[in-house]
Amino acid sequence: MRAHRTGVPAHMGSARAPTSPATLRSARPVAAGEPLAVKLVVAVIKPFKLDETKAALEAVGVRGMTMSEAQGFGRQRGHTEVYRGAEYQVEFVPKLRLEIAVEDDLAEQVVAAIADAARTGKIGDGKVWVQPLDTLVRVRTGERGTDAL
Amino acid sequence: MRAVDTLWVLVSAALVLFMTPGLALFYGGMVRAKNVLAVMMNNLVAIGVVTVLWALLVASLAFGPDAGGGLIGNFSLAGLGSLPHTLAGFTHVGSSPMSILVFQMMFAVITAALISGGTTDRIRFSAFVVFIALWLVLVYAPLAHWVFSPTGWLAKRGVLDFAGGTVVEINSGFSTLAVVLVLGNRRGWPSERMAPHSVPLSLLGVGILWFGWFGFNAGSALGMNGVAVHAFTNTQLAAATGLLGWLVFERLRESYPTTLGAASGAIAGMVAITPCAGFVTPLAALLIGLVAGVVCALAVRVKFRLRYDDSLDVLGVHGVGGLVGMVLLGLLATKSVDPNGRNGLLAGGGFHFFGVELMAAAVAVAFTFSMTWVIAKVVDLTLGLRVTPEQEFAGLDITQHAESAYSVGGMGRVGS
Repeated sequence: MRAHRTGVPAHMGSARAPTSPATLRSARPVAAGEPLAVKLVVAVIKPFKLDETKAALEAVGVRGMTMSEAQGFGRQRGHTEVYRGAEYQVEFVPKLRLEIAVEDDLAEQVVAAIADAARTGKIGDGKVWVQPLDTLVRVRTGERGTDAL
Repeated sequence: MRAVDTLWVLVSAALVLFMTPGLALFYGGMVRAKNVLAVMMNNLVAIGVVTVLWALLVASLAFGPDAGGGLIGNFSLAGLGSLPHTLAGFTHVGSSPMSILVFQMMFAVITAALISGGTTDRIRFSAFVVFIALWLVLVYAPLAHWVFSPTGWLAKRGVLDFAGGTVVEINSGFSTLAVVLVLGNRRGWPSERMAPHSVPLSLLGVGILWFGWFGFNAGSALGMNGVAVHAFTNTQLAAATGLLGWLVFERLRESYPTTLGAASGAIAGMVAITPCAGFVTPLAALLIGLVAGVVCALAVRVKFRLRYDDSLDVLGVHGVGGLVGMVLLGLLATKSVDPNGRNGLLAGGGFHFFGVELMAAAVAVAFTFSMTWVIAKVVDLTLGLRVTPEQEFAGLDITQHAESAYSVGGMGRVGS
């Protein structure tokens, strides 16, 4: 399900055809002094749920994200390893961390998409949270704010 | 003298030498990544130190004509210069003296290297080098003379030890115990996680040890003959039942069969067959391996109960396995395999031979442990055996050798 805004914003002086947007963005310009209308959605999920979650994010229009390997535990138990009689309790369980910068209005949609896609119903499914962002810059062009999405 | 005998002994010498790098891999995989090079270095430097000392002196002490009482050889073979036509006491041996001495050199090398398995993660490199040199002359040379040289006092009493159940296995096991008692336990042991950093590396090492062991045991026939073929076969049989025995023990006791257990079981089997290899039937070899696999699997857990840190179970596998082998040899030896051997208790040989084997095992335990303890104590008081706590925490590879085994960081930039 695609959620398009009307009127694709013009690229600054670029003669290229517009590339896929990094994430969902609107045509509404950011006025000076206004707080940045971008949020960081962070999700910790089970590693094998990555493909499904990525697909769900693409379905709501998210094109870019950062993924890192993490370890975590909450209520999920770890496992035991035995090496020649020496037993070790390993509490941390492998997880994946996803980080996606999105526009304010779309954060809730993205959160719901992740939570639904990554859910197995068993302990250890993970968590999703939203953090406010102070500054967002596209490194290649120097664009700031929602233009950097 | 037959060329084929010398050929087989030389090939076996190469196989036995190969076991020391194999041991380095086996040990290396089982320690943490920050200490893998240090334990491998201990193995490497053992090759260097022992080879040189063996050639200059220790070969003569072990296999030279007896200097008195069957206690030690004289200096006549020092430098491996003018060797006699036959080594003292060796009758009816078809391989050349030089080939026997270079073959035996590799035994000394690996016995010294084995000790590094107990001292991992905390021994000072320079102290280890000095310790090995002293140990070789004061512990290994006498025991090798007593058992391996036909002029040695244990050999003259009728002790049988085909390839070194006393000289190599009991020796390495109980010498290691002595050293670790002086050295002290690792900081954080046993509560802190100190799991193997690369089990595949260890498994590769075991494969090399297994391959080399054919030279270790079959080569000890000192010729290409029926006894050598028996020793070769028995080595394989004992390794197999040792492997299975340990696996079964794990499955029943701990509910998971592990690769490390299977590998250790194979080694335990080969350790136990080492004194027996050319003296027992194939069926007996199967049994010996099985007993060793189970007994050693139990033995490696003792250190947690008694609180001594034999890091990689040199005592549990080699020391205990050697004892198992000597006891079972006393029971199962048969002249039908080697007519120059003896009959064990269960082969109609009576209690005398059995008693002799037990006595030899006891002598080996007592001598190697006490002498090594003294040497370790002396080295500790003069040089210091152990690294500082800061060095131990940072890891021996960086602090002792300025090397790092693996570049840290996926992009190869972070860390050394």
